[in-house]
Amino acid sequence: MASYLLIESRDPFESNDVASVYELAAGLIQEGNEVTVFLVQNGVLPARRSAKSQPLTGLAQIGAEVLADDFSLRERGIKLERLAEGIGASALDTVIDHLANGSKVIWH
Amino acid sequence: MSDKKTITFALMDPPYENARCTTALRLINIAAQRGYDVNVFAYEGAVGLPFTKQSPHPNAVHGHDADEEDHPLPHEWIEAMAKTANANGGNLDWINCGLCVDERGVHEALDFVRRGSPADLWKWAEASDNTLVIPTK
Repeated sequence: MASYLLIESRDPFESNDVASVYELAAGLIQEGNEVTVFLVQNGVLPARRSAKSQPLTGLAQIGAEVLADDFSLRERGIKLERLAEGIGASALDTVIDHLANGSKVIWH
Repeated sequence: MSDKKTITFALMDPPYENARCTTALRLINIAAQRGYDVNVFAYEGAVGLPFTKQSPHPNAVHGHDADEEDHPLPHEWIEAMAKTANANGGNLDWINCGLCVDERGVHEALDFVRRGSPADLWKWAEASDNTLVIPTK
């Protein structure tokens, strides 16, 4: 079992290929891997409850850890109480933790 | 086993254009604060990040002189992060893609910035605990 960190920096309202990252995360989980999806920059926009939140909640429900960069959330005025179910806030240190621990880290 | 890690970053975005630069520098800063050895391979426009001729400027629209505007200069941030890494027992090593520098004429870089090629990125990736590539869109 491998550990993956998928960093999503793009806004799904603007970039259709964000869905491909979510699909990759689901596929990796189904094959028995540990997966963290880390949202940063405009990638945090679907972390707020909205029409685009369900795929992230769905990933959390099948076992992914879904985190949003707290700095990016603050930049965009997204309060923690507005986060969709299954999504937590985290410092960017999470990315360095994964790099240091040998996770496979992919930026999108 | 030592907790000290070596992490390599590959950056491609030029300064002042995309949030990816900000995020990349935030990541490098965290690693520097932990005393890790940090390698940065700057490719394409990212070779402009340690360019020392970046200069502060006034903002007439806001009525600010250069001091009041306090415009951010990435080369100063990078220099500060190198000092942070050293102060914590680590190191910041930076290679600019030489051809990318020539194309853009950004030869004046911080003293510790070296000239190299993508082969250096491959060597660093082989020798590091991990590598993160932050590509342009």
